[in-house]
Amino acid sequence: MASGNEGQKIEADRLAPMPLSERKGFPVLLTLRLIAFFATASATIVMALNKERKALVVATIGSTPVEATLSAKFQDTPAFVFFVVANAMASLHNLLMMALETFGDSFDCKGMRLIVIAILDMMTVVLASGADGAAVFMADLGKNGNTHARWNKICDKFETYCDQGGGALIASSVGLLLLLLITALSIMRLLKPNPKPIPHNNNLVTIP
Amino acid sequence: MSKMKWVFSLVLRILALGATVSAAIVMGTSREKASFLSLSFEAKFSDIPSFKYFVIVEAVASLYCFLVMFLPARSSLWRFTIISDLIFTMLLTSSIAAALAVAQVGKYGNSHAGWLPICGQVPRYCDHVSGALGAGFAAVVIFLAILLSAIYSFLNPRLI
Repeated sequence: MASGNEGQKIEADRLAPMPLSERKGFPVLLTLRLIAFFATASATIVMALNKERKALVVATIGSTPVEATLSAKFQDTPAFVFFVVANAMASLHNLLMMALETFGDSFDCKGMRLIVIAILDMMTVVLASGADGAAVFMADLGKNGNTHARWNKICDKFETYCDQGGGALIASSVGLLLLLLITALSIMRLLKPNPKPIPHNNNLVTIP
Repeated sequence: MSKMKWVFSLVLRILALGATVSAAIVMGTSREKASFLSLSFEAKFSDIPSFKYFVIVEAVASLYCFLVMFLPARSSLWRFTIISDLIFTMLLTSSIAAALAVAQVGKYGNSHAGWLPICGQVPRYCDHVSGALGAGFAAVVIFLAILLSAIYSFLNPRLI
């Protein structure tokens, strides 16, 4: 019957966010996603362009120094490659979620929209945290070395490389904190759907 | 939370407790003495800051699991555990990723930076650490399952 159909439609609506025309107040989630997008995108770009060439004296034959050009690139360390890829994926995810929130009201997600957004946010935050942790500890290894394992530090020779990498790490940490906040807000939005008023269908009541 | 969901979440949390405790203990007890070119050195987990971070995070996560198991089924704090589960999943992932990154350098070295692999001199230490990393990875997967099941268990009553 028509009333049963209406009941199902109301339940599906309870899990959908409010349409854009009815939203009031400051769009907190959208602003956070925008800042997180810029943070992760800048971390990706700064680390991907991280490269330094330096001519170093490696040996001395007689009285002439032998110079070799050594280069430090981000691809040398697998942790930094993972960092670039994971931050690129996080910024793409933020971009897609922003587009979905502003333009995706006409998509019929059958009530799954908030659940899918929350789960995708969780996966992105886990990925970004893994990348950030690995890159931070590899950068610490490069900066301080490890005397027990006899690994020399490389930051005294490649200072620009280290500084640029450090900047990318800071941007990624900011992006990670914002992603955590966004995920928490998405989960709260999922578990507390905005109550829509049940529409009162006067034209279904037939008075004999 | 209903009884069935509480029991299911309890089973998952016991598994997570086992995984995190074993990861922390196995990593904490890894040490090996080796002599290399008439120098004797000892490889411990505390030599590498990444492994120390791993042990600390696993220990804190196991303590969290242990405390949450005692939460009564009808308490109103169960909503808050979703957020704290998320934070601990994030911490565990970053610790396992950091430990794996440094362990990879230890096993294969890094020719660009001039870092030699150390697993040739201390093979049993390397195997011990690999075991701990495997347990840490299992802990991450179980924590993700806990998070998803917590969201599922809070979603269903609202659909009535």
